[in-house]
Amino acid sequence: MAPDVKDDGGTAQRFRAAALPYLDDVYTLARYLLRDSHDAEDAVQECYLRAFRHFGTFRGGPIKPWLLAILRNVCRAEYARRSASAFVQSDEDKAAEECSQGIWEEAPSSPEAETLRHLDAATVRRLIADLPPAFRETLVLREINDLSYREIADVIGAPVGTVMSRLARGRALLRTAWLAEEKER
Amino acid sequence: MSCDDVLIHALIDDELDAGHARAVEAHIAGCARCAQQVTAYRGLRQALPAHELRYTAPAALRARIERVAPAKTDRRALLKGFLTGGAISALAAASVTFVVVRQGRDDAILGDAISAHLRSLQADHLTDVPSSDQHTVKPWFNGRIDLAPPVIDLTGQGFTLVGGRLDFIDGKPAAAVVYRRRVHVINLFVAQGLGARSRTPQLEVVQGFNVLRWNEGGLDVVAVSDLNRDELEEFGAKFIAAARGTGQR
Repeated sequence: MAPDVKDDGGTAQRFRAAALPYLDDVYTLARYLLRDSHDAEDAVQECYLRAFRHFGTFRGGPIKPWLLAILRNVCRAEYARRSASAFVQSDEDKAAEECSQGIWEEAPSSPEAETLRHLDAATVRRLIADLPPAFRETLVLREINDLSYREIADVIGAPVGTVMSRLARGRALLRTAWLAEEKER
Repeated sequence: MSCDDVLIHALIDDELDAGHARAVEAHIAGCARCAQQVTAYRGLRQALPAHELRYTAPAALRARIERVAPAKTDRRALLKGFLTGGAISALAAASVTFVVVRQGRDDAILGDAISAHLRSLQADHLTDVPSSDQHTVKPWFNGRIDLAPPVIDLTGQGFTLVGGRLDFIDGKPAAAVVYRRRVHVINLFVAQGLGARSRTPQLEVVQGFNVLRWNEGGLDVVAVSDLNRDELEEFGAKFIAAARGTGQR
């Protein structure tokens, strides 16, 4: 399990010092991606296990995006497992379908100037969790994990241009959902 | 420039360089639709309780992960390793010691720099002299430390000067010049004997932080930040260009 048997203690200490401060960040992303606290815990544990195993190959750069990229891969494997076990369509497929079905054109292209009213955190979490996966993950990485566009691009393995368009779309969808939530109350 | 929603988001996120930001702002000034978009999405960001939207990892999960990477070094195993290698010649042993000691000193310097950086992020520890004016920050160090640190205002180039502070690295006083990039703080430590090897910046990763170290005008400079690697290197390049008078300032 250890990257280097002779250097076990030192490497483990360095890994702890570098990676543990971001545990809440990793757990937060897992909760939004998987929308289930047990699955999120399992994914985070697997993420840290993989990160520790590959810590020797980690070269430079901030460690937070590196950890979040590993977490994202673990979550994708979990999607695949879910779809295999229970006939559930994978979130990625759904995202692709939603895009091709023209959800892009549905939201208003120029939002009303209304000011958003305050919603409690639990409600906002639910609105974010209901966003299509591709937009949800970009929005969470930006607004909650506080990554730069470049870092998000590295985490999701896509060009910066894709990050920018998904973020624009994700915010448009969230704002629309927010206004709809206000009207229901 | 035509309407481009993606650029509006990049502007709100402070992800445009100065030139593009000016162009987008000029467009917004004359376009009611885009101005409304900016207001709408700034409003969304303000309404998002970003901090409350985070989750806290359960203690049991943290404990499980700590077992993945055990905290304590097994000293007996290390000792056993040394004893089995008992046939090493005295010369080899001596050179090993030399390398270990040097490495240890350098680790101590970088470790101190990281600790100083972390301390600075706690409330009210960032600066002793909060000022974005280099002509206020630089003289402040006079009489407080026996060197004149380069203090350069890079605000126009995307790195805001926020002030200066006196700190300690490797048991000796060091000047800390503090910059900000978005929410990221850069501590630039200046002193002698911080282990810089050349005038060309060397990037290292220490405890997950990016550290850029070089020699500037006979002084060693160590920049520490949680900023990503590319932007910290950009900071180093702009700082050096300005310090050596090759910038267009």
